[in-house]
Amino acid sequence: MKKNLLKSEGFQTFIASLICIVLGLLVGFIVLLFINPAGATEAILAVIKNFFNYSMANLQLKNFGNTLVKTAPLLMCALSVLFCYKVGLFNIGAAGQYVVGTCISLYAALGWGMPWWMCMIFAIVVGGVYGALVGFLKAYCNVNEVISGIMLNWIGLYTTNMILSNVKDVASPYTLHLKDYAPQAVLPTVGLDQFFSGNTYVSLAIPLSILVAVVLKVVLDQTKFGYELKATGYNKHAAKYSGMAEKRNIILTLAIGGALAALGGAMLYLTDYEQWACTQSSVPGMGFNGIAAAFLGGLNPVGTIFASYFIQHITSGGAYVDKTLYSAQISDLISALIIYLCGFVGFMKLAMKKRLSKREEKKGESK
Amino acid sequence: MAEYEIEMLHITKRFPGIIANDDISLRLKKGEIHALLGENGAGKSTLMSVLFGLYQPEEGEIRKRGVKVEIHDPNDANDLGIGMVHQHFKLVECFSVLDNIILGVEPNKAGFLQKKEAREKVLSLSEKYGLRVDPDAIIEDITVGMQQRTEILKMLYRDNEILIFDEPTAVLTPQEIEELMEIMRNLAKEGKSILFISHKLNEIMSVADRCTVLRKGKYIGTVDIKDTTAEGLSAMMVGRDVNFHVEKKPAQPGEVVLDVQNMVVASKSHNNNAVKGVSFKIRKGEIVCIAGIDGNGQTELAYGLSGLEPVKEGVILFNGVDIAHMSIRKRNTSGLSHIPEDRHKHGLVLDYSLENNIVLERYFEPEFTSKAGFLKEQNIRAYAERLIAEYDVRSGQGPVTIARSMSGGNQQKAIVGREIDKNPDLLIAVQPTRGLDVGAIEFIHKQLVALRDAGKAVLLISLELDEVMDVSDRILVMYEGEIVGELDPGTATVEELGLYMAGAKRDEVKS
Repeated sequence: MKKNLLKSEGFQTFIASLICIVLGLLVGFIVLLFINPAGATEAILAVIKNFFNYSMANLQLKNFGNTLVKTAPLLMCALSVLFCYKVGLFNIGAAGQYVVGTCISLYAALGWGMPWWMCMIFAIVVGGVYGALVGFLKAYCNVNEVISGIMLNWIGLYTTNMILSNVKDVASPYTLHLKDYAPQAVLPTVGLDQFFSGNTYVSLAIPLSILVAVVLKVVLDQTKFGYELKATGYNKHAAKYSGMAEKRNIILTLAIGGALAALGGAMLYLTDYEQWACTQSSVPGMGFNGIAAAFLGGLNPVGTIFASYFIQHITSGGAYVDKTLYSAQISDLISALIIYLCGFVGFMKLAMKKRLSKREEKKGESK
Repeated sequence: MAEYEIEMLHITKRFPGIIANDDISLRLKKGEIHALLGENGAGKSTLMSVLFGLYQPEEGEIRKRGVKVEIHDPNDANDLGIGMVHQHFKLVECFSVLDNIILGVEPNKAGFLQKKEAREKVLSLSEKYGLRVDPDAIIEDITVGMQQRTEILKMLYRDNEILIFDEPTAVLTPQEIEELMEIMRNLAKEGKSILFISHKLNEIMSVADRCTVLRKGKYIGTVDIKDTTAEGLSAMMVGRDVNFHVEKKPAQPGEVVLDVQNMVVASKSHNNNAVKGVSFKIRKGEIVCIAGIDGNGQTELAYGLSGLEPVKEGVILFNGVDIAHMSIRKRNTSGLSHIPEDRHKHGLVLDYSLENNIVLERYFEPEFTSKAGFLKEQNIRAYAERLIAEYDVRSGQGPVTIARSMSGGNQQKAIVGREIDKNPDLLIAVQPTRGLDVGAIEFIHKQLVALRDAGKAVLLISLELDEVMDVSDRILVMYEGEIVGELDPGTATVEELGLYMAGAKRDEVKS
């Protein structure tokens, strides 16, 4: 029984992910020691504790809610990356698709006065088309999806800045608050706010993103569509040989990936938790963190739910580091280090498997 | 002086989970041609890798002329005078023959090449052993046979005394094989010792002095060729009697299934077309074989027929319908089956389970997919189990075994089962037995003949002459993208076939 557990793929991923997390925290701690040994222990604890840094229960709950609000879009980006990766495509364009989704949902809300669900549908459609563009270039012009994805990230960013400047606050670079200017577009809380001591940013987006993860898992494992996509990802030559429409599948996959990431954008900005800064000059990290979350979750949609939460947890936790001892960027550095080490899940798994088989060999010999 | 040039004594080499060489001994006399015979996975390559210093054995020792030696890497092997002609040549395509021969041991003065003396040495060697080469020809322009002679000269140039030939005849025409045999005899006469790795019994019978047989990593025995027969060697190799000859009744061809007219397929590797206006017909109830040396357009012909590559010109009438520009899925579902040449590239999704691979071309049928698009896993499992039983596909965990972990023979059996169970009107089988052992070959040949006897058509594309002669009812020979001859395997000889394959002879073939 114990042996079987050690051998099971899911368990190995889980352990490997845990090892990576611990290693990431350790390296982060060492870096903090180098910068300023006095506050290192406190700082790393602050990162881990995140909302537990507050002593009052209601504040803890409220901030836990905030972390969840930002987990939903991260999970969507991670699912976008994961889904495309299953088909052998590296969707680094998720970052840009997320931005495009943000753009269209905010503009539909503020510019056209659409209700929240229409804003979401717009995000899905426009994100899908944006993703399909990458797929089309890949399928018919053999343009690497990473190259076109990165280019489209920047195109998306600057177009978004341009478009959203029409609906921004006069005095600041930020878009208008939805609660004041487009209350019909704010995502409904469906009663969830009560559980987070009245945090009204906690909305439908959170259960919806989890539902999407579960649906994706079912699609990948149990449907004809998933069978085709995975076959194409594992071996596109065999997929072609068996008569699968390989080009169509590539475009469709990236369209779905684009829609997922774009929906992620809508899920954050339609809560009104954040406003888009129209002067933004770099692509938001959400899409890139999605890559880390997908891998930390062992490329399993359900694992990715937890991985996304963890990454968001430490990213939010970074805000509580003592800014008098460390510079403001330190929180980003710590979370970046941990995320970076999260990329080693696959490597850890391999190392574990090697050890296991070596141990078995020894056992076999001693018999 | 010691009797043996090289002795490998009680060599044991283990890999995790398998003993590749189990107490194997091999003694090579000076001036002899010693064959090393065994099926795939018998341990021939491992043993040679040990001799070449690529692997270190756990037990056993190697002696040269009675003196124990340590071979840690290929450089040590080279210093001991051991040279090897690999199955896949290690030549620089865009260099000349001479440049390739001196590569790595270039004669120079203060860094400047001294090609003149090298050329003289090469010319005298080639004269001495009857190795015809043009030292200034570029490798990519010369025939495979000449490339092989270049490889042999490379060993001789380095004054190697022990020459290993790893399945040297796989890529040659019958005439070139005969020539190579002659060269090997000459080399042995001049005192070189030759290790000849092969699983072709007739070649071993004709050229070798002695033969060591391995089976499943174990040493079976060493025999004098003059005291044995091909059947005897084969029984040693396989461990049972094997029927070489394919039993079959005369063909009874029916109506035309496939009618190819002036088909042209472009080449991926050069600007010329790979298939240049080929026309032929295949009828129900016959096995037509396309023979030819590798790279004469057979691969592209199969790609064109199956749809993996677009057809540039021409018509492919399949049951009276032109399928030249039809999608692969449509061809697959309208009665065309295809055992692909490369089973890892096209035939299987290696990371999928065996059952998922078995439904690779049928997963979308109502039997396996519900209307809502969900896979019917139970039906897939049941279907896979039936095929596994019928085609004797052996694997670790049955239907859920990952295809990558299966042996080549069982992977191929799964593909053969999948393609035949589709009940096709035409089966295109491209090198269906490549790299398989005798038992699996026998099985697959029987399946092809059974399909033919059931009134279906089979197009067999093969590089193995024995297979061509044995299995087919009609032979078409392909040379440089064209069909240059049609032969009847009942009356044609291997020599005649060889002449067509080498382009020395051609007829106008009516389609």
